[in-house]
Amino acid sequence: MHFSHIFKSKKIVQSTAFALFLAFFSLNVSAHPTTGTPVSAENHATAAAEGTKEEKFDITGFILHHIADAHSFHMWGEGHHSVSVPLPVILWTDNGLVTFMSSEFHHDDQGKQVVEKNGQRFVNYHEKIYVASATPNAHGEYVDVDAKHKVANVMPLDFSITKNVFTLIFSAVVLIIVFVRVANAYAKRKGKSPKGFQSLIEPVILFIRDDIAIPNLGAKYEGYMPYLLTIFFFIWFNNILGMVPIFPGGANLTGNINLTLVLSVITFLITNVKANGHYWKHIFWMPGVPVPMKIFLAPLELMGIFTKPIALMIRLFANITAGHILVLALLCLIFVFKSAFIAPVSVVFVVFISMIELLVGFIQAFIFTVLTALFIGLAVQEHGEH
Amino acid sequence: MVVGSIAAIGAGLAAVGAGIGIGKIGGSALESVARQPEAASKIQTMMLIAAAFVEAVALFAVVVSFLGTGA
Repeated sequence: MHFSHIFKSKKIVQSTAFALFLAFFSLNVSAHPTTGTPVSAENHATAAAEGTKEEKFDITGFILHHIADAHSFHMWGEGHHSVSVPLPVILWTDNGLVTFMSSEFHHDDQGKQVVEKNGQRFVNYHEKIYVASATPNAHGEYVDVDAKHKVANVMPLDFSITKNVFTLIFSAVVLIIVFVRVANAYAKRKGKSPKGFQSLIEPVILFIRDDIAIPNLGAKYEGYMPYLLTIFFFIWFNNILGMVPIFPGGANLTGNINLTLVLSVITFLITNVKANGHYWKHIFWMPGVPVPMKIFLAPLELMGIFTKPIALMIRLFANITAGHILVLALLCLIFVFKSAFIAPVSVVFVVFISMIELLVGFIQAFIFTVLTALFIGLAVQEHGEH
Repeated sequence: MVVGSIAAIGAGLAAVGAGIGIGKIGGSALESVARQPEAASKIQTMMLIAAAFVEAVALFAVVVSFLGTGA
């Protein structure tokens, strides 16, 4: 559990250089001129006046666009000159399955480009796919937007491979390849000292076993080790991947509340399915307190069964999303002040915050794993282990 | 002239709460490492866990203020 050696690392120069390189890259990737970005509702009227210099930079819309999911990996450029990696769009409509590549939208997410497939017309409005209206509205968009900015068009069921889905599959494949190789290396080199990737992964696995699994789960830790290792490495790898500015990174996967919801639901299921009688007794009829207190505590403990995984979900989602928003906001300072002299200050801040975000990525993976182990441990502990 | 929504004030108060909480945790961790430097690693681990709990509460408030802006 000796982690202080990380702070005395001799590779601090290399890490700083790499961080600067990443920050400069993210400067290039996110350098959107104001006219090309999807603007918020207030700026819709001014969006038609392309090229006006008086238009205020819409920082909220910019940031929300960059942390949201998308149907393609946009890398650089704007409007028709964008360079992006298109991803498949898979829709389940009333007339069956429709699939096409998102490049058919020609980099449009204002609802202006209509794609016709199977006799149906689709349009991409702010990265959500709707059935296109028959005629365009006043701004040239094929969607009906009412006064409260809600879209009235029909939305088919969207099973597309979006940025987040692609990152999910990519990180799963990478983790499977790495860990199958490490496991095979252990089997082949039985009794010999670890070499190569094994020596990279082994300290981390031992750390999880000795400092997370055994203190919380006691003697029954072995059955739960696969799950704890999976969530630790999955969350850590996706947090790091989210900080990489270019394809295949840069998708805010762990900042997507649906993903953290699934992880905490799995923890919830494991905790409650594996719980023994003592756990349920402590919740519904807490031993050691007077009867009025027992009745008072029962609904509170019942709520507690649900609030603990919900807290897990929100903690991971909010930490990672807040980090991304902070990095984007600091870069946007350059566009808000419309001056290149802010750039050195902004880039230094961004490097500093990115280093913190790398640390936070590790800490959040660690916290999620520790709390999962704790909850499972509380559920399966035998009497007298308080 | 005050611009912005009340949600931003809520997020600011959440930041104050997080600052005070994590500051206290960091302060007591430093004191205890000064008293017993051999336990530094253990204390650091526990400090990070406690800080994550406090941070989570502050982030609940931030999430609520996100919802409060109506966006």
